Amino acid sequence: MSIEIKDIHKSFGEDHVLQGFSLYVREGETISIIGPSGAGKSVTLKTIIGLITPDSGEVWVDGKNVHTLLRPELYELRRQVGYVFQFAALFDSMSVGENVAMGLRRIKGMTEGDIQKRVSYCLHIVDLEGAEERRPAELSGGMRKRAGLARAIATQPKYLLYDEPTTGLDPVTTTTIDGLISRMSDELGVTGIVVTHDMVSAYEISDRIAMLHEGSIRFVGTPDDVRGTDDPVVRGFVEGRPELSRSVQV
Amino acid sequence: MAPIQHDVEDSELELRGFSAPVRSVGHWVIAGVGSVGKGGHLAARAVGTLRQVDIWGPRLVPLFVTIGVASIPIGLFILTFTGMVLAIQASYTLTGTVPNYFVGALVGKTVILELGPALTALALAGRVGASIASELGTMRVTEQIDALESLAYDPVAYLVVPRVLAGMFMFPVVTVFSVVVGIVAGWLTSLAMLDVTTPEFVKGIRFFFDTYDVQFALIKAWSFGLVVTGVGCFYGLQTSGGAEGVGHATTRAVVVGSMIILVLDAFWAAVLL
Repeated sequence: MSIEIKDIHKSFGEDHVLQGFSLYVREGETISIIGPSGAGKSVTLKTIIGLITPDSGEVWVDGKNVHTLLRPELYELRRQVGYVFQFAALFDSMSVGENVAMGLRRIKGMTEGDIQKRVSYCLHIVDLEGAEERRPAELSGGMRKRAGLARAIATQPKYLLYDEPTTGLDPVTTTTIDGLISRMSDELGVTGIVVTHDMVSAYEISDRIAMLHEGSIRFVGTPDDVRGTDDPVVRGFVEGRPELSRSVQV
Repeated sequence: MAPIQHDVEDSELELRGFSAPVRSVGHWVIAGVGSVGKGGHLAARAVGTLRQVDIWGPRLVPLFVTIGVASIPIGLFILTFTGMVLAIQASYTLTGTVPNYFVGALVGKTVILELGPALTALALAGRVGASIASELGTMRVTEQIDALESLAYDPVAYLVVPRVLAGMFMFPVVTVFSVVVGIVAGWLTSLAMLDVTTPEFVKGIRFFFDTYDVQFALIKAWSFGLVVTGVGCFYGLQTSGGAEGVGHATTRAVVVGSMIILVLDAFWAAVLL
């Protein structure tokens, strides 16, 4: 099952963030969306799971048109989607273990023992063994992010949406998270969309990379395509040379 | 030509000066109507999610404690001093004109009908309403509510319904404690500082007591609980703009909650008495 975004437009007041955004994500692939801050990458992710309603356009996930679903159907669909938030968005009134267990408690038939085993396993995967009883406020930024990732993967979703999963992490943790994202795709066939600024990670984990520029997709291709592109906007962003992008606008 | 141009400029300035307050009132009215509409939508959603007992049910008892049990001390504190002042003022006003037992009557009647429910609710608008608005507001700006949605939890069922139910159940409980303590404080003050005996005080209370008064107080407290928690949830969920937005939401929850309490207070008096 795939994710298809068709001609999405979204404005916030005068700010026309998405201007005809279209993207097709194939089943089992991991695609990274890159682009400057404020370009609408996070808005795109939130639109995919119906947290933000577009002004026009359609989003199809798992064969369902997200923005025409009734609320119970939407929640049913969201059970298939894991979302890693940019700042983790852990529930600060709960322990880390309770955070990770939240999604599992919505699955019928799971016993408390099953839930605790799954929580321990997910925390182990993200190198947070034994952190079940700790509070989010006691964790460092990187640990919070990993706990958020553990929460997202706990329900074994078919789709994973990552909002800057490695931003602010140390190189070792970044490699761990990159490895995990690749594993999700390679071993479990999870379809992933990663919003990132981190080009090293994007090259490492992506089957394809899409660049969001001025509200729509400017470029889509494999990591090798990105490396070899002549598009000055893409090169300007990837190589950190804004003068290349400016020369196009002039 | 020059004087005519002056006249035009003056009249434009005058018009602008005049239209600014009108515009402000217009914006205020539009915002108010918009809030009522959004509030109605939230209320309808809350009613619609009542059947999701598996989501809000487990959260109810802990909220009984944080919204109700933890609020009892503030209710007791306020009504203790209110009962004392009422007894002293009643004695000051009535001495020499009516029998002493009227002190008990006035303290009992006023505390049960008005000051017990209303002062308790106003205090809890500050404590409970502000707490709910700031908690939900912080959850909103830190994407915790989005996270709830992404985990297939309806935030209205998870956050709003149990808080409002806890408020509707626990405000009457806190009010009962407050009323009892207010009357006891009035009685002790009468004994210690006034020329009123226990039999006289009790006689005054019993002489004017009507069980309907208690029903009236409980109905008011129930509605105040609904308003304080509902308004707190509404402004919390509407929060945007970081820490400043949380501050605004909290302030609005307390101010609007208090205003509605006073309007409802008058409404119930007109309708039920």
